[in-house]
Amino acid sequence: MSWTKKILRVNLTKGTCTSEPLNMDWAYKYIGQRGLATKYLIEEIDPRVDPLSPDNKLIFATGPLTGTAASTSARYSVITKGPLTGAIACSNSGGYFGAELKSAGWDMIILEGKAAGPVYLHIENDQASLLDASPLWGTSTWHTEEWIKNTHQDPMMRVASVGIAAENGVLYSAVVNDLHRAAGRSGVGTVMASKNLKAVCVRGTLGIGVRDPKAFMEAATKAKKVLAENAVTSVGLPTHGTQVLMNVINEVGALPTRNAADVQFEGASDISAEAMREVRRTDGKTNLIANQACFGCTIACGRVSKIDQTHYTIVNKPEYWHASGGLEYEAAWALGAATGVNDLEALTYANFICNEQAIDPITFGATLGAAMELYEDGLITDEETGGVKLNIGSAEALTTMVELTGKAEGFGKVLGLGSKRLCEKYGKPELSMSVKGLEFPAYDPRGIQGIGLNYATSNRGACHVRGYTVASEILGIPEKTDPLVTDGKAGLVKAFQDATAAVDSAGICLFTTFAWSLEDIAPQVDAACDGEWTVETMLEAGERIWNMERQFNLAAGFTGKDDTLPKRLLKDAAKTGPAKGLVSGLDKMLPEYYQVRGWSTDGVPTADTLGRLGL
Amino acid sequence: MHHVIIGTGPAGVSAAETLRRLNPGSKITMIGGEGEVPYSRMAIPYVLDGGIKEQGTHLRQDKGHYERLDIEVLAGPVTRIDAQHKLVELLGGSAVNYDKLLIAAGASPVKPPVPGLDLPGVHHCWTLGDMRVIEELAQSGEDVVLMGAGFIGSIILEALKKRGVNLTVVELGDRMVPRMLDETAGGLLKQWCIGHGVDVLTDTGIDRVEPDGERLSVHLTSGASLSARLLVVAAGVKPNTGFLTGSGIKVGRGIVVDAHQQTSLPDIYAAGDIVESHDISTGEVSVMAIQPVVVDHARVAATNMAGFKARYEGALAMNVLDTLGLITTSFGLWHGTGSGEQAMSLDAENYKYLRLEFDGDHLVGAQSLGLPEHVGVLRGLIQSRIDLGPWKQRLMANPHQLAAAYVACTNGVC
Amino acid sequence: MQKALAIDAGKCTGCKQCELACSFEHEGIFNVVRSRIRVFIFEEEARFVPYTCTQCDQAWCMQVCPVGAITSDPMSGVKSVNAATCVGCKVCTIACPFGTINYNAGSGKVEKCDLCGGDPACARECPTDAITFIDAGLAGYAKMQDWAARTDTAPQAAS
Repeated sequence: MSWTKKILRVNLTKGTCTSEPLNMDWAYKYIGQRGLATKYLIEEIDPRVDPLSPDNKLIFATGPLTGTAASTSARYSVITKGPLTGAIACSNSGGYFGAELKSAGWDMIILEGKAAGPVYLHIENDQASLLDASPLWGTSTWHTEEWIKNTHQDPMMRVASVGIAAENGVLYSAVVNDLHRAAGRSGVGTVMASKNLKAVCVRGTLGIGVRDPKAFMEAATKAKKVLAENAVTSVGLPTHGTQVLMNVINEVGALPTRNAADVQFEGASDISAEAMREVRRTDGKTNLIANQACFGCTIACGRVSKIDQTHYTIVNKPEYWHASGGLEYEAAWALGAATGVNDLEALTYANFICNEQAIDPITFGATLGAAMELYEDGLITDEETGGVKLNIGSAEALTTMVELTGKAEGFGKVLGLGSKRLCEKYGKPELSMSVKGLEFPAYDPRGIQGIGLNYATSNRGACHVRGYTVASEILGIPEKTDPLVTDGKAGLVKAFQDATAAVDSAGICLFTTFAWSLEDIAPQVDAACDGEWTVETMLEAGERIWNMERQFNLAAGFTGKDDTLPKRLLKDAAKTGPAKGLVSGLDKMLPEYYQVRGWSTDGVPTADTLGRLGL
Repeated sequence: MHHVIIGTGPAGVSAAETLRRLNPGSKITMIGGEGEVPYSRMAIPYVLDGGIKEQGTHLRQDKGHYERLDIEVLAGPVTRIDAQHKLVELLGGSAVNYDKLLIAAGASPVKPPVPGLDLPGVHHCWTLGDMRVIEELAQSGEDVVLMGAGFIGSIILEALKKRGVNLTVVELGDRMVPRMLDETAGGLLKQWCIGHGVDVLTDTGIDRVEPDGERLSVHLTSGASLSARLLVVAAGVKPNTGFLTGSGIKVGRGIVVDAHQQTSLPDIYAAGDIVESHDISTGEVSVMAIQPVVVDHARVAATNMAGFKARYEGALAMNVLDTLGLITTSFGLWHGTGSGEQAMSLDAENYKYLRLEFDGDHLVGAQSLGLPEHVGVLRGLIQSRIDLGPWKQRLMANPHQLAAAYVACTNGVC
Repeated sequence: MQKALAIDAGKCTGCKQCELACSFEHEGIFNVVRSRIRVFIFEEEARFVPYTCTQCDQAWCMQVCPVGAITSDPMSGVKSVNAATCVGCKVCTIACPFGTINYNAGSGKVEKCDLCGGDPACARECPTDAITFIDAGLAGYAKMQDWAARTDTAPQAAS
């Protein structure tokens, strides 16, 4: 407890599903979910494997707190070698799927090989089998979920699936569960589809026990109180979602705009949380309908929206008139600021399509932003786009291209490559706003220096949720640091990265850390699990996990030279706002970072470091 | 005011308790027919299967329940009602006067006209007395034949099987529980029973029973014969209206009552298995010997007897059965209207079946097999005649969303 | 004054903390399918509706129980199942038009909301006050009780 201590191994080539015991020695070292699944992956695959070959593996993993009464216990992760990056990929999702998987008695599912034809994995507690998914191939995640629930005549079944994009090789396809929650980044869905695996559906009725129920409930209740008394987690996030950041980040001059040509977007307020709550002149309704929680979450930041039925995108498409997942901050930024589009309804529509077809809106939006720049520079022609004008700021371009990318048709196929490959194709690699092939999200390293170091060093490529120094640099959590300076950021980044690795491995949501520290989390893990879980042991596990991921990347062919940022961020100064005149000071932070990490000057963990961490 | 109740089954006891609540000062007398503490026939199988002791069948478990409520319990049975003099006569000649009378004398098992059913070793499973005999005879390993796989037969089936007997069930119909389940569900249930080691012979009758020393030779219409230590007859029940002959109380299929549960005579009411009910699904009149109907009768009758007004709006047929762990239910017009739409979900391999029958926008009937939870909403959906709106189509696609449909329609999520 | 669960679905976010709390309270583990309160989630309408027994006056479950295993507490109005007496006949599960009393094949008994003996775990753990435990007269049961009345074939006298 509170691991189920069971792994489901599915060999798609052979069509077998077998149960095996969890390696508890590893569990004590890597906690669960992100850490533990990465350990399994690293032990089982060649780091140089082609991510889309049958030799790559894909792991769905829960954490020890997943499915318990700990707040935000919804989480599961999908771990694999990513096709967009070639680096370790770990994408984390909420909704109801993860808790259901855990309640079916599984800590993780290891998927290996490749099925001869389309299949889906059906799990009902300890029974697992691969079933024919031919009728589902070529259909969306929304259709897939409905089809599976109807076919199994079980409305309570939870489904995680891939869309048409993944089947057709869009490199940043997500795994979408519960209609609008996603393991979004790095193309984990593309790997899933490459195995001819359309969906995983699960029904779990076994429940989850904890080591010391009384102590656990005390710790969980106390921690929930901390969330309830914190302004961000009790008011900000439920009211505005992560979108609370749109106007804030724009004001601090750190909103990457038009492929990071600018750091402020004049249309930010049009696509902000506040705009989502405004009554539309067209139909007298608001974009935002409700906030929705994931399983066990007492924060409930999830947005649920309805698109204006008179909007051009859906006026003739009643199938999109229902409520569905609305804009989170990163999606609103990527689909909006990164492309210069300020039409909230168009963004919401694009977001619906990203969920329906399971594509990562961050990479899609950033890639479209790059393509728009290439188009305006005359490098992409109307002929290539099928006549669609890819002008910066064009809502029509956004909504047409999201449809094409979702189905990997026309120019959508090219956009499906991601910005790195797309910009290389047009001879402008420097226009890709990515690190290690993964597009960076909604914080500009010129205006928030620490996040730049985090982007450069994040193991899955540029990523905010691997070391969210924005919390400190902008929001003052746990304490305020100056976003415009580089001093002290190496240590800050390391601290955030290590703690985050522990949180991501525990089965809970990173957003708790707006209010929680490991002081709040460790007692919950400790009461739930065997072993000794303190702030210290969790932090050490986090650092161990970080270094393990780093070692995988090094073995996969990455070097310290890949710990960098797009040239635009390093050379072109911010034009406006508080950071006006600044570029990213990565060169000042990176050597210090290697030092605090206990890595060599070229970014390789030293023997001492590895020894200290038991690697 | 003296309320007299003939019968100490669920209807009698419910009525007595309602009367005590509404008429605190009245005198209440219940007259039983078997000389037992008021008990529930429904619970008998659970004594047979060892789940409870005999005391567990008692309708009320607290000691001194009737004394505390000041309800007098007399041994009967009642042999005659004299409405003119407002009295009832008991076996042995004594009489009890009443101001208001409730007839809740229940029903008795039917003994079909098959030669040999009077032999020792042939028993109903209806009374606690029957049960004690069956407990004696149905020992583990004994050969037992059960005549009838209707609703009651199927409950007894489980109890007998759990006692470890070699059980053969003989049913005239083409499937199990034909009055409650359609071919699919009844067929699945048969298959389930066979899979659990019970011989189920459908489309088969018993031709005659002959003695064979201490045993019985049970000759079937198929020509085969079975040797058995015990034959349990569960071939249906009929209302105990015999003692009403000459009383002036109108009897059809059961006692005829109005919407206040009053019989054709003033101050005489009736409730329970002895009464005809208006079936809200079919619009027809029939005797519905099921617990929910029985207690509703009792409450309405008692309320009127106590001087308050209450109407009975009619009965919804509903049944639930657990046969060796497979739960089946049926509600209302489970076989459909003939012209309405239906939704069906069948997973034969896993013994799951759900059939919904609609009339326009309303659910009018349902049956389920292997459906674990929230089955009660089927009653809610049918009896409240809930307008399903968009949920009808959703239920057509996946009938298992019925609880969601109920919650949605009653919470304005349409 | 009797207290009752008041459910304001408009405040519910669908987090299922109530289900977790209920299953933990009654079963000692976290298992939402064993919860006696259930949150129905209507994705297309973005509505989340917590749903459980209202301890209704009609108490069909109690009325039909053939062995008196369901009793009503005169002080609190709670209808609770005495597991020792319940024979598992399931008649209550079809009689309750709300479907809020269910059979547990594991125990062979039926189970329903018992308000945790006066301190309902669901209300305690609800983070948004969608579920509160308040004076019965104020509880938002009115709507469900309307539906109860529509099912009631045997209305009680004014008493």
